[in-house]
Amino acid sequence: MQEKPVTILGVETSCDETAAAVVRNGRQILSSVVASQTKLHERFGGVVPEIASRAHLEKILPVIKEAIEQAGVKPADIDAVAVAHQPGLAIALMVGVTAAKTLAFAWQKPLIGINHLHAHLQSAILASETMELPAVALIVSGGHTSLYEAESALELKRLGSTIDDAAGEGFDKVATILGLPYPGGPSIEKTAKGGNPKAVAFPRSLLDKESLDFSFSGLKTAVLYHCQGQDMKGNNRVASMSPQEISDIAASFQQAAVDTLIIKTLRAVRKVGARTVLVGGGVAANTALREGMQDMCDKNKLSLLIAPKSLCTDNAAMVASLAYYYYKEGRFSGLDLEPTATT
Amino acid sequence: MNQRIEITTESAKETIELGRKIASALHGGLIVALTGPLGSGKTHLIKGIAEGLDAPDPTKVCSPTFVLVNEYEVRGGELTLYHIDAYRLNSPREFEQLGFEDFCRPDAIVLVEWADKILPALAGLELLQIELAHAGEDKRRIRINNPSVQLSNVLRCSE
Repeated sequence: MQEKPVTILGVETSCDETAAAVVRNGRQILSSVVASQTKLHERFGGVVPEIASRAHLEKILPVIKEAIEQAGVKPADIDAVAVAHQPGLAIALMVGVTAAKTLAFAWQKPLIGINHLHAHLQSAILASETMELPAVALIVSGGHTSLYEAESALELKRLGSTIDDAAGEGFDKVATILGLPYPGGPSIEKTAKGGNPKAVAFPRSLLDKESLDFSFSGLKTAVLYHCQGQDMKGNNRVASMSPQEISDIAASFQQAAVDTLIIKTLRAVRKVGARTVLVGGGVAANTALREGMQDMCDKNKLSLLIAPKSLCTDNAAMVASLAYYYYKEGRFSGLDLEPTATT
Repeated sequence: MNQRIEITTESAKETIELGRKIASALHGGLIVALTGPLGSGKTHLIKGIAEGLDAPDPTKVCSPTFVLVNEYEVRGGELTLYHIDAYRLNSPREFEQLGFEDFCRPDAIVLVEWADKILPALAGLELLQIELAHAGEDKRRIRINNPSVQLSNVLRCSE
């Protein structure tokens, strides 16, 4: 006898993106709407994305409506409402949490609170049939750079995280230093093509040998000094650099950041005896990181599960997908669910 | 009368140490506005302030550039420390929409990086302004404008 499919509506508002998605049985994405990536965004005007709660408030209902329509389902077909309720910006999370609670109450469906970071890893797991445990998971984005040990698909233990800047923030700020457009991640990647990653020996901040924490602030400052001189006395050379030199700096920076992420991930793998590496988050879209991780995993006979590029940045499909496993275990939240800014 | 204390730190470690000292003279209700270019030590100084306020895990005090606001319980839960970064914000209005009004209360200290981007939103509040600048290699020049008597004493004693 075939089990009845489980259809979950997911909502995500933890940082800049307002997103909603409908996912069936944890894997089949019926719709995934991210406000900044749709025409909806244009309707709300502005080239510069509005940050913070008001923008979420304006977009949340149209985004949910669109996700349900695109999925071709009716509210009656939805078995549960899931929402990323931590971590993030409290006032932004509040918008998603309130919308999800209201819908769960109105439709009389269970509510499932999901950790946004944990959901990023679900993007990596989504496409694979099986996963050999234990696994080491790297979440790398503009706001986070953390390593976890995954004892099961639902239980994560943090092994280390950044002590200053997140890796994605490093990409963004180095793009600014080099005069490249926002968002910095794709800009650096594009500019680094054709650049020599060995042109400049930027530091790989590994902290001490044992640590699984990250530090990217020193790398950013090293690029700054390289471009503006150690004395920082207003000699910004970037304007007079050839495109090749800028490409070389971008490539060298990218390589330093990627090397650090890979070395630390391998260190974590060895520590916990992992068989699988999971990678998710916005920076997981970076080709140099994807290729480097694949290479490292091949050499060490590990299987790599990395989020497809389309699901690296914040989205709600990952929320609805992870919620399926909570649903199966009956791990529901009460209607008193509150946003939590920190994990 | 405009008063100013200027201190040069020789390393990130010294910048953190200065933050610890500043923390001892901070009180609830105060807004600390930090300005200075990329890599000038704002996050390090704040790491020190969090340490000085007995944040539970000060090594994990990190940059909120993307997440916009980090929040820590400090001084044994007596105070909340809000660490805001205005780097990505486009206007004082966006800053206000972060819920800034809710952060301004007697049992909270608010630290704002890139405060120059949203200065009008801070008008009329009790402010401590700290300007950071590069001063060659790992050195940073840190200026504290109009420090309280208590803060002046703390910093003078350590000179």
